[in-house]
Amino acid sequence: MSIHDTPKYMRTNAKIAEKKTPEKNYSPFHPGSALSVTHFTLDDVGCILEQSAKLESMPVHRRAQLYPKRRVALLFYESSTRTRTSFELAAKSLGMDTVLVSALSSSIEKGESLKDTGMTLRALGAECIILRHPNSGAPYLLAQATGLPILNAGDGIHEHPSQALLDLRTILSRLRRKNSALKHGLKITNRTLAGVTVTIVGDILHSRVARSNALLLPRLGARVLFCGPEALLPNAAAEIGPGVSIERNFECALAQSQVVMMLRIQRERLAGLDLDLEPYMEQYQLHTERLTASAPKALVLHPGPMIRGLEITSEVADGPNSAVLEQVHHGTAIRMALLGRALDTRPSKLKRPGKKQ
Amino acid sequence: MKAIWIHGGHLVDPSCGIDAKRDLLVRDGRVAALDSPGKLHALAKKENAVEIDAAGMIVAPGLVDIHVHLREPGQSHKETIASGTLAAAAGGFTSVCAMPNTSPVNDSAEITRWMQAPERNASAHVFPIAAATQGSMGEIVNDYDTLKAAGAVAVSDDGKPVLHDDVMMECLSAAARVGLPVIQHAEDTRLTHGASMNAGALAFRLGLRGMTAEAESGIVERDIELLKKIAGSRAHLHIAHLSTASALEAVRRGKQAGLHVTCEIAPHHFALTEQAIGDYDTHAKMNPPLRSDEDRAALIESLLDGTVDAIATDHAPHAIHEKEQEFERAPNGITGLETALGLALRVLHQQHGMPLARVLALLSTQPATLLHLKKRGELSIGSYADVVLFQAKEEWQFRVAESKSKSKNSPFDGWTFPGRIQMTICEGKIVYQTRHQKIKRMRSK
Repeated sequence: MSIHDTPKYMRTNAKIAEKKTPEKNYSPFHPGSALSVTHFTLDDVGCILEQSAKLESMPVHRRAQLYPKRRVALLFYESSTRTRTSFELAAKSLGMDTVLVSALSSSIEKGESLKDTGMTLRALGAECIILRHPNSGAPYLLAQATGLPILNAGDGIHEHPSQALLDLRTILSRLRRKNSALKHGLKITNRTLAGVTVTIVGDILHSRVARSNALLLPRLGARVLFCGPEALLPNAAAEIGPGVSIERNFECALAQSQVVMMLRIQRERLAGLDLDLEPYMEQYQLHTERLTASAPKALVLHPGPMIRGLEITSEVADGPNSAVLEQVHHGTAIRMALLGRALDTRPSKLKRPGKKQ
Repeated sequence: MKAIWIHGGHLVDPSCGIDAKRDLLVRDGRVAALDSPGKLHALAKKENAVEIDAAGMIVAPGLVDIHVHLREPGQSHKETIASGTLAAAAGGFTSVCAMPNTSPVNDSAEITRWMQAPERNASAHVFPIAAATQGSMGEIVNDYDTLKAAGAVAVSDDGKPVLHDDVMMECLSAAARVGLPVIQHAEDTRLTHGASMNAGALAFRLGLRGMTAEAESGIVERDIELLKKIAGSRAHLHIAHLSTASALEAVRRGKQAGLHVTCEIAPHHFALTEQAIGDYDTHAKMNPPLRSDEDRAALIESLLDGTVDAIATDHAPHAIHEKEQEFERAPNGITGLETALGLALRVLHQQHGMPLARVLALLSTQPATLLHLKKRGELSIGSYADVVLFQAKEEWQFRVAESKSKSKNSPFDGWTFPGRIQMTICEGKIVYQTRHQKIKRMRSK
């Protein structure tokens, strides 16, 4: 396939991606990376959403010819169902070859460092690595060590950028159905979510989903409320960025919200924290009565895995307000766009700033 | 050993308040004479002395670092006593106090002596600090008498705190009996499990567990309470690498109450804040962690007002592969011997107007006094000829690749500092000099 046969949408994507390459500041990371939502400009976000729509609506067989046999590695140091499957299906549906490396069945078990694992994957021909890792910031290290585009599929309790993007896509698609003003123009601006309040409830402290959403949604004009007990939501959380505040009373938060995002209590990360679940459920479980009383029209999101009967009841999870399965669906589209962006963006030509003599 | 005649320089000796043009004659490793410019010429000739033209230079007591990790025995892939003291000499230090968290832990007279043996090939004088408790496990107090006799100048479990009240009390009392200071690494490890940076908004955003200021100040306050109980004894509590405003406040109150409590601050804590972590830069990971802007301001304030007794580097070398890890997994610490004077001059002298003599006092005279390093940190006649020569105003750039330390884990690579060191003399021996330094042998006619 010569360059002239390249479908137009692909060229557009490459062009846009290239234009977004940071010109002024030296960055040690490949510009096709998705390490943190803070690295995306609003135009980047717009492009990713636009591209995800394009790729999704494309006939399956054409989509599968876009990146034939391009190599992508999934490097997973933590267990995962939906994120891993979603990335893998996204890559395969674009025609890519994927290989899964997980911590328990590789040389990682023998003590190989993240840097060496990354460089080995690069030497094997991987053009992009999707990384899930229990340590916050690990994708930065991998990006620096390999020079490859790295897609952060969740690092410790830091970020989960693709989740925030798919949450955004879910919110926009639901709200657009209701609000005609949102229908026009796909351009993402700092007014796109003006007037929308999103409440994120539960184990904020250990949630990378909460952080990515709180760093992304306010830039589009949304207001984010964190809700939870102090043990899971320290006061410092409100300082994460503009547009974020704390409302510990769930009813008060719900009454102001158009979107409510429930989080799982991450028992594996509690690290000795003693949490009494009974009073927690009393105050923070999302059940039908609470939802009908305070926010009957609110959109209910959950990044999964859900613990039914703990933070959310089955009635709500399966009810009309819930968009949990739509989130999963949007995930694949977003991840296709991120993978395409990763492979289409040229590495920054800027060199490390020379040291003065 | 040849005599050395250093002439034409500006001598700053905080121990006796000299801040004037003086010539210096060194003989047999000691300061032999000190006089106005030119006056030692005849004597130097007679001694056939090596002549050092120090015109335009500051001549000061060799710097004293009471907190370094030389990694020997046991971790020579990070540093050896030879490489660490060479870095010390390049940074103007002529005395370094080596912390006991070696492998094995220095809790014996044997290791204490081994570290000082001539075979270690040290370029600066090494004073071991022995472990306060057996294996630094915080349970059984060591025999301080034996350790002191072997050359230990203080006791500490640095890297870990002495956590139990009764054990700490015993350490203080036992050390008081033999006249050794107890150096406390003030960190309540019950509150800092899994933490890798300062607690607060930035830690939350980066998804890293944080160490609170209370985890530091709580131990300092506890130790001061213990010290009160044995007031009247010779007990001396010294707080290592103090990093928070609240711990500083506790030390200030202790001093006002007339207790013998002292503290040191590391250059990185007054030069950087937690913002230096940036994109998970492990060269900004140390323990105690880099703190907030307010803490940094309080540290500088207390250096200026005299609450702080010494600047100490906490020089902590680590191999490249150890630092090139996930932030939470990377070891704590940075190298510091070659950048300490530069940072102190840049931040304290240039930016905050601290007089040069005060900066040098914090880096030599005062730390030497704290650990009773007699005849060090001063240039009076009869004291050890530990001398540093530097150009106060000449800017230079620190390049970590050229560091004398075996490890290159410094966040200050590429930084420009005032105060280029021209020469370091340790006990009358030139242990470091820049390439261009002219040394002439005087010809006796």
